[in-house]
Amino acid sequence: MATGFDAWVLTLVVFLPLVGLGVVLLLPKEDEHAIKLVTLVSTLASLAMALYVLVEWVSNKYYETEKLTSFVAENGHTPFEVNKTWIDVINSNYHVAVDGLGLPMMVLSAFVTVLCVIYSWNHFPEPHNPKAFLALILLLEVGMNGTFIAQDLILFFIFFEIVLLPMYFMIGVWGGPNREYASIKFFLFTLFGSAFMLLGFLALYFKIDVDANLAGMQHSFDIGLLTAADKSGITNGVQLLIFGALALGFAIKVPMFPFHTWLPDAHTEAPTVGSVLLAAILLKLGTYGFIKIGLPILPDAAKDFAPWIGLLAVIGIVYGALGCLAQTDMKRLIAFSSVAHMGFVMLGIATMTDFGINAAIFGMVAHGLITGMLFFIAGSVQHTFHTRELSRLGGLLIQAPKMGWILGFCAMASLGLPGLAGFWGEFPAIMSAFDPASGLPVETFRTYMVIAAVGTVLAAGYLLWMLQKVAFGEPKKEFEDAHIHDVSTAEWLAWLPMLLLIVALGVYPNLLFKLTDSAVTTLTSGFGG
Amino acid sequence: MNPTFDWHAFAPEIVLVSTILALLIADLIHPGRSSWQTSRIASIGVLAALVPVLTLAADGVDRTLFDGAYVVDNYALALKGFFLVATYLTILLSVDYIGEGDYYQSEFYFLLLTSVLGMTAMASARDLITIFVALETISIPTYVLAGFRKHDRISNEAGIKYYIIGALSSALMLYGMSFVYGATGTTMLTEIGDRLADPSVVTSELRGLVAVGVFLALIGFAFKVSAWPFHWWAPDTYEGAPTPVTAFLSVASKAGGFVALLSIVFFGVGASQASNWTNWWAVMAIFAVTSMTWGNLGALKQTNIVRMLAYSSIAQGGFMLVPFAAYGIALDDGNLDVARSAFQSVVVYLLVYGVMNLGAFAVVIAVARRTRSGEIGSYDGLFQTSPALAVVMTMFLASLAGIPPLAGWFAKFTMFRSAIEASGPWGVSLAVIAGINSVIAAYYYLNVVRSMWFKPAPEGAQAAPIPAALTASIALCTVGVLAVGVYPQLFGKIADLVTVGIG
Repeated sequence: MATGFDAWVLTLVVFLPLVGLGVVLLLPKEDEHAIKLVTLVSTLASLAMALYVLVEWVSNKYYETEKLTSFVAENGHTPFEVNKTWIDVINSNYHVAVDGLGLPMMVLSAFVTVLCVIYSWNHFPEPHNPKAFLALILLLEVGMNGTFIAQDLILFFIFFEIVLLPMYFMIGVWGGPNREYASIKFFLFTLFGSAFMLLGFLALYFKIDVDANLAGMQHSFDIGLLTAADKSGITNGVQLLIFGALALGFAIKVPMFPFHTWLPDAHTEAPTVGSVLLAAILLKLGTYGFIKIGLPILPDAAKDFAPWIGLLAVIGIVYGALGCLAQTDMKRLIAFSSVAHMGFVMLGIATMTDFGINAAIFGMVAHGLITGMLFFIAGSVQHTFHTRELSRLGGLLIQAPKMGWILGFCAMASLGLPGLAGFWGEFPAIMSAFDPASGLPVETFRTYMVIAAVGTVLAAGYLLWMLQKVAFGEPKKEFEDAHIHDVSTAEWLAWLPMLLLIVALGVYPNLLFKLTDSAVTTLTSGFGG
Repeated sequence: MNPTFDWHAFAPEIVLVSTILALLIADLIHPGRSSWQTSRIASIGVLAALVPVLTLAADGVDRTLFDGAYVVDNYALALKGFFLVATYLTILLSVDYIGEGDYYQSEFYFLLLTSVLGMTAMASARDLITIFVALETISIPTYVLAGFRKHDRISNEAGIKYYIIGALSSALMLYGMSFVYGATGTTMLTEIGDRLADPSVVTSELRGLVAVGVFLALIGFAFKVSAWPFHWWAPDTYEGAPTPVTAFLSVASKAGGFVALLSIVFFGVGASQASNWTNWWAVMAIFAVTSMTWGNLGALKQTNIVRMLAYSSIAQGGFMLVPFAAYGIALDDGNLDVARSAFQSVVVYLLVYGVMNLGAFAVVIAVARRTRSGEIGSYDGLFQTSPALAVVMTMFLASLAGIPPLAGWFAKFTMFRSAIEASGPWGVSLAVIAGINSVIAAYYYLNVVRSMWFKPAPEGAQAAPIPAALTASIALCTVGVLAVGVYPQLFGKIADLVTVGIG
């Protein structure tokens, strides 16, 4: 285990927001300023810890396989790793660590949460109540940050589930007109998936012998041990069943077609910040689960499933895009575009190659930033015009030029314009389908590649259509005399870091690929990718 | 036989009996309805009875009394401790409800503690007669308690219904036990287990008799724990009885039935692979599936929160029966490790369920003080009027639904674990059915949450002050639900100690 501060830093990333939550709950409801300040400070502190980990990781070049292996050989653990007994009776440990997969996601999660707090500063949706709203954001952050560093299945499950209730309340209390339906739908869909995921975890625990040298079955919930263990003793049918249970849980969260129906409702009804967090982080819990747990622990079953996952992914790409074109509500359109974008991510994962999975992780981060931004803008448009109906909007570039330009920028990024972050998630994912991992049907995946490529054209179609409707043309008559505000200071503060990252990652994608590549290579070497 | 009597082993029961007598005497000295001291005597007595439980646990020696009919081991002590704590919480719930409601107070606590006496005896009972006597001691006072609002016709109905069903189930159970006795020639559970395993004692002609006997006894217990299809008395009785009594019935009294089942299964019919031929577990598996499904579907359409919690308790009972079935399956396969963890799972589930359900009932009582209503609609806007109450109620309901990091997840987890570990088509099907059911359950628990958080409060609604005792019980349950949820080792360790020597 790591020692000193390094042993605490990951725990701090996860639980500093919880400390903030405790303080917020003690503060009187009327003292809004103090509540906001405490929330901001605790999320910033959590981000600072996450950045410390990132900086240490990069400056010590742990992203190079040799550096990392020599560190492990020397110390017997990865940097920042902590492994303590937690629930002894079920053999579950408090085991947290980062790797090239979890680290960028953890930083993204801490980063986006801070921006959400800043954006909320003067933007609290009805029925206001900043205390409850910010308390829920803090609780959400605990679950989100925790999921990306958990190395124990039970710990992962707990964090994975913690996000449910806060998001349920966020949609249900602060959401749009149809919020009650959307919130319960979100909750029940996810709970259904995670019930099966938990059964899958238990089956992994009981079926896999993590130490063949010791007599008898050695059970463990440790992700690393389960990944390394020999699974040849488990029949193919059982492996498929277990993977199916895991995949159901993750696929609902992603969400993959046909489990996606909760997403447009939840996104549309959620308050702006809720949509941003949903899009930027919560959906990634599912794809991360595939990469971190599903594929490495049961690679053989994953290979049997991969063509089907790929099929659902490309259906999602096309279906999401067509869904977008049928929307009349700006926010619902962006929500459907998430289905399409997550389809690209899943296609990358389904190829089971290091190229594809790298692309998937890049796609996760890029989608988090870009779609998060689009939801921010949709929220601000709603705030200014009190509508998101595409037919009523228009001329944003005239009335609020800055916001209009930002919308244009994000639409370009989202459709995968080279030079912006979205490109590096989509293009390599499509490319990777040309040459999937050995053992996967090449023709099938090449067909998927073609369909996905067509999907990018559709993406350009619906995004430009939205841009045209919202930003171009003359302002509509009803808003002619309305006093329209352009981007406010809080909005600039929240948006600028995201916009800069979209450019930075677009121009120099190696920033991220470098971080993930060695971890992905290690991962795929486990299943001959 | 050892002529010396082990006073220490019997100390919890002796303290309870003394308290019961003290309550009667206090009523003689201060007759009338306003004798407020009775609640204090009762709560002090219950806490005092916990002391010998703790000293016995610290002592750590298994004590056997009456030739093995009465055993004080870790298993018995853990459950005695649980029953006493649950009773203490029930008294906290009752103090103001009973005090303000124009009831005969000392009779109330007298009946309550008599029932608890039966529970502490049940935890130690290891023979059919002792189990039966303990079960009747638990049940008879609760028949009266259910009808305690004697001017209320619904309460009368609750009492009479409960009584008739109770009498019927006792009769069935006793009839079944007599078959088992007839075939094996003993009432001691361990001897029953040995003789069932011995084909020279229980010959193939006798097997049919034993199977019928076990089946009848199981049906009797199914009534007690309100398993489908013997559940239908529960919603009416729960709704009609005074709410603190309902809390007691749904937690402690139900747990009494489960403890009897545990003892009979683990020490008797399912003591070893060879004695396990009665296929009792298939009946349990069916009861488990039907109870959780029926209970959950029934709860979906309830508009009264107490009725909803009644159906929820039927469903939770179904979840608790899953590990029993898993145990039987595992035992048939000769897998004793699984048997251990299934046993643990039942104990953990009982403890966790007790804490979270009592907490939920405490809030129901607190809310009813203001609204005088048990309708779910009366929870509208509770988050605006009493935010703290809404938050803790959300926690209890989320815990009942099994959402981490609240205690309920660990109970559900151990239940799933036993089913998956038993594996095979039965185990996996049970786990999947339980999984789907836990999603259905989330819907109606969240329905109350929706009412509290998403609906506006009615005009002029104001928070009502909550009395200290009720606040204390809510606080204790909240701490329990959070502490166990975050660090389940607390209860896991108890369950672990309990199972030493099982299987």
